[in-house]
Amino acid sequence: MKARVYVTLKPSVFDPQGKTITDALQSIGYAGVEDVRQGKYFELELATTTPEATRSMAADIADKLLANPVIESYRVEVV
Amino acid sequence: MRFGIVVFPGSNCDHDAYHAAKHVLGQEAELLWHKDRDLKGSDCIILPGGFAHGDYLRTGAIARFSPIMQSVKEFAAAGGPVLGICNGFQVLLEAGFLPGAMLRNRSVRFQCEHVFVRVEQTDTPFTLACTRGQVLKIPIAHGEGNYFAAPGVIEQLERERRVIFRYVNASAEAVESANPNGSIAAIGGICNEERNVVALMPHPERACELALGSSDGLVIFESVIQAIRSGRCAATLRHAQGRPEPSRGASPPAAALVQ
Repeated sequence: MKARVYVTLKPSVFDPQGKTITDALQSIGYAGVEDVRQGKYFELELATTTPEATRSMAADIADKLLANPVIESYRVEVV
Repeated sequence: MRFGIVVFPGSNCDHDAYHAAKHVLGQEAELLWHKDRDLKGSDCIILPGGFAHGDYLRTGAIARFSPIMQSVKEFAAAGGPVLGICNGFQVLLEAGFLPGAMLRNRSVRFQCEHVFVRVEQTDTPFTLACTRGQVLKIPIAHGEGNYFAAPGVIEQLERERRVIFRYVNASAEAVESANPNGSIAAIGGICNEERNVVALMPHPERACELALGSSDGLVIFESVIQAIRSGRCAATLRHAQGRPEPSRGASPPAAALVQ
């Protein structure tokens, strides 16, 4: 089955890239852009057969490798 | 003494560290491939700078799973001195040897320049030959050196005197303009609770010869040589590695000095 994992910086962590993108958008005329936070997106193809097992394996993978819990949090979607 | 320098695919300061240890300081040095587990009798382990595994995903995120890291963990647990330089610092953070994480530089640029760091503490194997407050001119070369940890962790590091290097100006003042990457509290280097694992973003191995613009980095390596020679780390290490008693070269028998 497929799972999607979204990794984002925790709200308390400064995102220098997001800030740069915000500034760039404002400079090209998007005055209404107040903030941008950049994250990572992963598509996992897993040899699982149930949504529960898929979610649990994706979460395990995110915990172990995809996200660094010091600065990031993640969200799993089972497709 | 013998330096062991870990080589990850993508390390690019391994030979700089090797050169500093072997040719500048006249010590033994071994390159240790990341897939091996043998530390080859090293007295000190260096995790060098570079881009281990291309820095894919996050800096140091994949390197921490390399087989040699298990040996480095055991070495550190036995009291062995471990130095993480730049990417090596990032690997030690990801591997949980040290707290915190690295964010992209505040400038969102890869920065390659000489900076000044102040030696905050001298009771580590890598700073014992320094004087407290000594300012070292050492180059940085990184894109992700913006040290971050939760406020409680920063407080703990300060309370336990585990901030070992802080970015300062030439007059030893920790002013904002001297902080090259936005690190919290201008932190350039920290140590673990036991103080034998030290890591810093600047590259002391690139500042060991005046021809390179500075030789201020030498004192870091001289410190650990002194630590090993005085037996501060050696006895526990020999035990951990099951190494026979006689020590190499002119080093005095470590066990005698420890007691």
